[in-house]
Amino acid sequence: MVQPIIDIQSISKCFGDLTVLDNLSFQVAPGEKLALIGPSGSGKTTILRVLMTLETLTSGHVLIEDEQLWHMERGGKLVDADETHLHKMRNSIGMVFQHFNLFPHKTVLENVTLALRLVRGVAKKQADERALELLDLVGLADKRDQKPASLSGGQKQRVAIARALALEPKIMLFDEVTSALDPELVDEVLNVMRRLGEETDMTMLLVTHEMGFARDFADRVLFFDKGRIIESGPPEQIFTDPQEERTRTFLRKVLSAGVSRAESAAVAI
Amino acid sequence: MEWDWNFAIKTLPVLGEGVLVTIQATVLGSVLALALGLVFALMRRSQNKLVSRPTSFFLEFIRGTPLLVQLYFLFFILPDVGILLSPLVAGVIGLGLHYATYTAEVYRAGIDNIPRGQWEASKAVNLTAPQTWQHIILPQAIPPMIPALANYIIAMFKETPLLSAITVLELMNQARSISNFHYRYLEPMTLVGVFFLLISIPSVYFLRRLERKYSPHYK
Repeated sequence: MVQPIIDIQSISKCFGDLTVLDNLSFQVAPGEKLALIGPSGSGKTTILRVLMTLETLTSGHVLIEDEQLWHMERGGKLVDADETHLHKMRNSIGMVFQHFNLFPHKTVLENVTLALRLVRGVAKKQADERALELLDLVGLADKRDQKPASLSGGQKQRVAIARALALEPKIMLFDEVTSALDPELVDEVLNVMRRLGEETDMTMLLVTHEMGFARDFADRVLFFDKGRIIESGPPEQIFTDPQEERTRTFLRKVLSAGVSRAESAAVAI
Repeated sequence: MEWDWNFAIKTLPVLGEGVLVTIQATVLGSVLALALGLVFALMRRSQNKLVSRPTSFFLEFIRGTPLLVQLYFLFFILPDVGILLSPLVAGVIGLGLHYATYTAEVYRAGIDNIPRGQWEASKAVNLTAPQTWQHIILPQAIPPMIPALANYIIAMFKETPLLSAITVLELMNQARSISNFHYRYLEPMTLVGVFFLLISIPSVYFLRRLERKYSPHYK
């Protein structure tokens, strides 16, 4: 493997007695598209939140481009990172949330330009131009002056993607980005992600329940259960020939649920 | 007892001066209560327990004691330790501090109402904590608080007669000295009531409009 962009070294995360991440290690190559799947509560979302520095670690280390995320060196020793270090590290990471979390008091355009102006100090004119390019990429340039409340869920999520892209992160985290959407709005968001995958060399980690999309899109799939990686491999192997019993059980459940959902949709039509 | 128009009209200029002082005390007291309340709310939310605990205790202490007693301390007792305040300054500090403990509670509730996702999204686009407060949290939190804050300002306005106890020459104090001098209470006290109504009724009407504009229930 080439030099990994993300190197997760035996991390654990506990909330009181509950162990959410159990001594996990894995690496992600630059430009890799990685799908994290597994039952709810398996810890996959927590990994994204740890990478975005929204959740602290109980133990272990995370390296981003060979640099400690949650720690820093002081006097030859590793100590917990301070806010300055975390601020610097966050520059290379962006995140899209399940519930969009757009800024409701700002227009679509301002949602995208805010970080450019405040974090990068880009002038208004340049920031607006850059934001319009990004809104164009997600197909929403015509909504620039609207407030998020007037958008559909799918449109909100596409704005959220544009907002996350504004700082040109090397790593993008997608946390169940279609789970809160009505079924007919899922594709417009997945199409934007597909386009990002084709047109950029960003490293993308996605937590998803869209097994079909994970299969097409990901270079590699990690299956999680109870805070551990049970199985990992290329999508063809995980989806057609899983080695572990727990993976098989999980896939059987979600795939049959998916089929029954498709059936009921067909009946509804 | 008969209403004497001539006497009533003669008292008007002096009462007018009192009204101006009352308004002055209310405006300055409000500014202090609104600013200090936000500072208290932020200190109380502080992660540092050495900041949040004493703040919490201080707020309970102020809220649990009467404004009148606090005014006496500010004006009559602080000079004993060498802090001399003019009546109006002591009054404004008293009103401002007392009501700041209530506005702090309004700010706290308003800030707590902002969903966690807004904080997380701010972090994900790498805003600093001050930027998050300034651009994301407060602009969303403050509009819904405006009716509750305005309510406290009106309440404060109606409590300004307490300042007469520390010799501030506000409306009540002026009316009382006229009354005591002439042994006639009817006209001055009636006029005090009228002055307060003339200001508070439009204020309450204005408050209703604020509520319609900012309260989520009307949206």
